[in-house]
Amino acid sequence: MMKKSISFQLNKEMRTIDVSPNEGLLEMLRDRIGVKSPKCGCDRGDCGTCTVVIDGKTVRSCLVLAIEVDGSELTTLEGVMNQGQINPLQQMFLDKNVFQCGFCAPGMILSATELLEKHPHPTREQVQEGLAGNLCRCTGYTPIIDAVLEHGGCKGGCRE
Amino acid sequence: MAIVHEFEYLKPKTLKEALHAVAKNRGAMLLAGGTDLVGHLKEGSVAPSLIVDIKGLRELKKIVLKGRILNVGALVTFGELMESRVIQSKFPVLTEIAGKVASVGIRNRATMVGNICSAVPCLDSGPVLLAMDAIIHVKAVRGGRMIPAKKWFLQARKTAIKPGEIVTHVSIPLPEEKGAGCYIKLGRYQGEDLAQASVFVWMGKKGQSRVAFGSVGPTPLRGTRIEKHLKGKKLDPAVLDLAKELVSEEVSPITDIRATKEYRLHMCKIMLERALLSAEARIRGNGPKYGKSLI
Repeated sequence: MMKKSISFQLNKEMRTIDVSPNEGLLEMLRDRIGVKSPKCGCDRGDCGTCTVVIDGKTVRSCLVLAIEVDGSELTTLEGVMNQGQINPLQQMFLDKNVFQCGFCAPGMILSATELLEKHPHPTREQVQEGLAGNLCRCTGYTPIIDAVLEHGGCKGGCRE
Repeated sequence: MAIVHEFEYLKPKTLKEALHAVAKNRGAMLLAGGTDLVGHLKEGSVAPSLIVDIKGLRELKKIVLKGRILNVGALVTFGELMESRVIQSKFPVLTEIAGKVASVGIRNRATMVGNICSAVPCLDSGPVLLAMDAIIHVKAVRGGRMIPAKKWFLQARKTAIKPGEIVTHVSIPLPEEKGAGCYIKLGRYQGEDLAQASVFVWMGKKGQSRVAFGSVGPTPLRGTRIEKHLKGKKLDPAVLDLAKELVSEEVSPITDIRATKEYRLHMCKIMLERALLSAEARIRGNGPKYGKSLI
């Protein structure tokens, strides 16, 4: 099995690393680069806790080979902070105390960010759909959804 | 979970290069979105010697409407289907179907062609392609073939594709007459799940109707008897009742981890009725919004 050198942007920083074709993206990020926000939950694309952003779109990093991201732009939760400060969406989550254990937080925040880019003032249904596939076992989702709606400027959900 | 199996990786820049790679290596597998393939690699249920990543073939990433033929390239993701203006205006039911597939993070990666190549019984793309008489276009080094959807799905996880072939695109002939479709998917709960049963219908203003079911047989199934029965008829209660009675002649559900065969059969009837009435209402312009949950 031939190792291959790949280059990609990770949170705006260029990285070059040798990977084997059978190396997973999640393992490469966590174990070799040391980026720990994406977590291994179900390891089959159902739970969303391994979410990262490739070229502007959220993906399940457990279902991507590391070698596939050659030439791409990657963003993890570490990359959505503003110069080391948490961003307004994160602040909203913090103010509303939406997470308990926090394991789902990276996936929730990245998915909510993608949703708000597409729909800055989302309806409740759009938030539910946008966050679906990010499993939270603590909260029952309500505070998370409410916080995204409030960040979108519509407490309780905007009208279409 | 690490992938134990070892393989080589190739990302061709041209279709020709990709075709030669799969022609030379009988153990080659194609990689597009990878949402099925990477999972299978982790489970160890596939063991390719070579993975050919076709994401560099830009010509396979197009959605093109040519006359009445809607062409969807092999690299078009479900997310892109949902966002396509052409599809939203000319065949909006396809956005409804794409929106029922898993979650945003999967739809950003998974392709419709990958879905029909995996060909699991619960696939969401199957019923629509079968009912609309879609054609699957494949290429090999020696030339191409066009395979009608009804000849594509052979068994669960088995399609008519042969070694050395690559699906380039799927073409869906959009009917001449005005009409509307509806897709209803039954999961175990609100939110993302694989289908326990699904129903696709398309109704034309002049009385044409198309019906297909998913997850109630090894492959998607066309409801030809129901189609014949409905042809040219108004959807009054008697017509709907007979259509529902015919469902048991069309589908052959099994009992598995997700549902019993009795429940699947019962729900197919309910979903058929709702889908027909919704499609009819959509033709009139007062139907449910595409993507709205109807179950």
